[in-house]
Amino acid sequence: MTLHAERAETGQSGARPLYQADEQGWFGGFGGRFMPEALIAALDELTVAWHDAMADPAFTAEFEQVLREYAGLPSPLFHATRLSERVGCRVLLKREDLNHTGAHKIRNVLGQALLTKRMGKKRVIAETGAGQHGVASATAAAYFGLDCTVYMGAVDTRRQALNVARMRLLGAEVVPVESGSATLKDAINEAMRDWVASVDHTAYLFGTAAGPHPFPSMVGAFTRGIGDEARAQCLEQYGVLPDAVAACVGGGSNAIGLFTAFLDDPDVAIWGFEAGGEGVETPRHAATISAGATGVLHGARTYVLQDDDGQTVESHSISAGLDYPGVGPQHAHLAATGRATYVPVTDDEAMQALALLSRVEGIIPAIETAHAVAGAIRVAEELAATKGPDATVLISLSGRGDKDMGTVMEYFGLGDQPQEGDA
Amino acid sequence: MSVRAAFDAARAEGRAALVGYLPAGYPDRDGGIEALTTMVRAGVDVIEVGLPYTDPVMDGPTIQAAAQAALEGGVRTADVLRTVEAVAATGTPTVVMTYWNPVERYGVERFADDLASAGGAGLITPDLTPDFAPEWIEAADQRGLDKIFLVAPSSTDERVAYTTAASRGFVYATAVMGVTGARATTSDLAGPLVARTRAAVEQQGTGLPVGVGLGVSTGDQAAEVASYADGVIVGSAFVRTLLDHADDRRAGLAALAALTEDLAAGVRRG
Repeated sequence: MTLHAERAETGQSGARPLYQADEQGWFGGFGGRFMPEALIAALDELTVAWHDAMADPAFTAEFEQVLREYAGLPSPLFHATRLSERVGCRVLLKREDLNHTGAHKIRNVLGQALLTKRMGKKRVIAETGAGQHGVASATAAAYFGLDCTVYMGAVDTRRQALNVARMRLLGAEVVPVESGSATLKDAINEAMRDWVASVDHTAYLFGTAAGPHPFPSMVGAFTRGIGDEARAQCLEQYGVLPDAVAACVGGGSNAIGLFTAFLDDPDVAIWGFEAGGEGVETPRHAATISAGATGVLHGARTYVLQDDDGQTVESHSISAGLDYPGVGPQHAHLAATGRATYVPVTDDEAMQALALLSRVEGIIPAIETAHAVAGAIRVAEELAATKGPDATVLISLSGRGDKDMGTVMEYFGLGDQPQEGDA
Repeated sequence: MSVRAAFDAARAEGRAALVGYLPAGYPDRDGGIEALTTMVRAGVDVIEVGLPYTDPVMDGPTIQAAAQAALEGGVRTADVLRTVEAVAATGTPTVVMTYWNPVERYGVERFADDLASAGGAGLITPDLTPDFAPEWIEAADQRGLDKIFLVAPSSTDERVAYTTAASRGFVYATAVMGVTGARATTSDLAGPLVARTRAAVEQQGTGLPVGVGLGVSTGDQAAEVASYADGVIVGSAFVRTLLDHADDRRAGLAALAALTEDLAAGVRRG
């Protein structure tokens, strides 16, 4: 295995775990903090406050309590028996789709909102693509009594009108962003523009494990419960570690949340599935690690979809939540070291997996999540062939598909034909 | 002439330098060059050529609009360097203001070489602080290019000192907390920031000039800033002038010259 060689070669020197960031936020050659000086003090303050909070048992206890009582965690680990029969080995689903607000994202926002309260700030801002992080942020803001502004690309506010309504119902202000391509990356740009002018009283609830230090590490710390719980549940329920774990990767928050617990388990293969869109051989995809190049986007050095001049190229995915031309720097590092493997899954493959999981398990996953299901099925079939029925594949079922029914209806031609003028 | 020489010349006249910004490639490549050389003729002391970028997180709507139009018009990094060459040929020191990724993608060494060959004086890097710039610092030092880093009202004294020590040409004081754009009133954050920056420069004994950017758009505002800064940086007001005359270039250039003259008179009153 190349990853074993890599680990032996790199060594476990010093106190810092091999795959975590150093004090400047470097994961190997990725990450860092490529940001305007005006925001450096705030990022330093956030780093200190976060470290301080994580070392405070009162903070971690309160975080665990809100996750348990408000978000409904820990989520169950579910043996998908009919899917297992089909692929020939055991498939386990970490049911993050059952969380409050329907996805893993609630973990991150509750952590960041709790930290915001601790820092004495009264307002939060967030970016959102499909609206899931925006809804989670609006939810956390309502729960903690914070003002909340969500930036969302104007293209996305039209595509995801239901989530816009949810955020407004929860008391958040939703600002459509018309600049640039009017999608997620532009929403991030606009949130940063807000933050540079409001940083003394506002916290930026970053939605994924990307961006400048400390966001990749902090978001990873708040989402790592996915993997910590799943690892313990797997050992407890089945007495083994999985042979492989799998998650979808856009910015990469659910993936890093799952992967972190398994990084030091050399026999657990780690798989990330990127949005292959219409195919990585076409210009229409969001497979940043598979088809991007090293660059700097939104404060971190990572893989970026860009042209020869370093201009960001618009990504495409049928899943708005994976439709981002960058990726969290820790994933870039895990890919570069070979510890994790990242593979694209096309729109069509994801939609077929979504239909399959719906029919054989009665679970409608988010389209984002369906990318992980599609990729994990391939992995499981290979493992079944080499290791037999005792092999175990564990998938982060990161979100539920209710929000995607419009896309699903259109894709599969389900239901009555929509009337003229329907969204 | 180097950037430092232009500041020193202004200082010898007992005034602040006027630093003017436009993105390359707006309204098109030649139109951008014509606009910048118009500003030179009308009294700008140092030119900043903006490299248009898809994700300009520090820019307000005005500069975003021009940069986006330039990108849609097909401007490339090579066009930015050609613009620098044309403007630097006037003898006015010319620097590039750019977000970091286009330089990284072009290749830091290669960009530094081509910038120097074009007669460019250096780089202003709004999303690159010295702690993340070792490659650029080395490339700039080897070629004698200016490294213009930014300080902000939120910078600690320690970071102000660190940033001024790493800068050459001048240090760019962003005196408002917010994105670029013309503002009706000057900021009360500017004075204290300039004072802290000067204190750091004095301790370092470099005489590094302090340029201030805070949304100046009139001669009177320029005069006010010039009373305490070594340089007055104007960007959005120039860009706005071009945007407002998008359908009549001749009128746009005339308005640009008039604005420059007003600002140049302002820095002489300060």
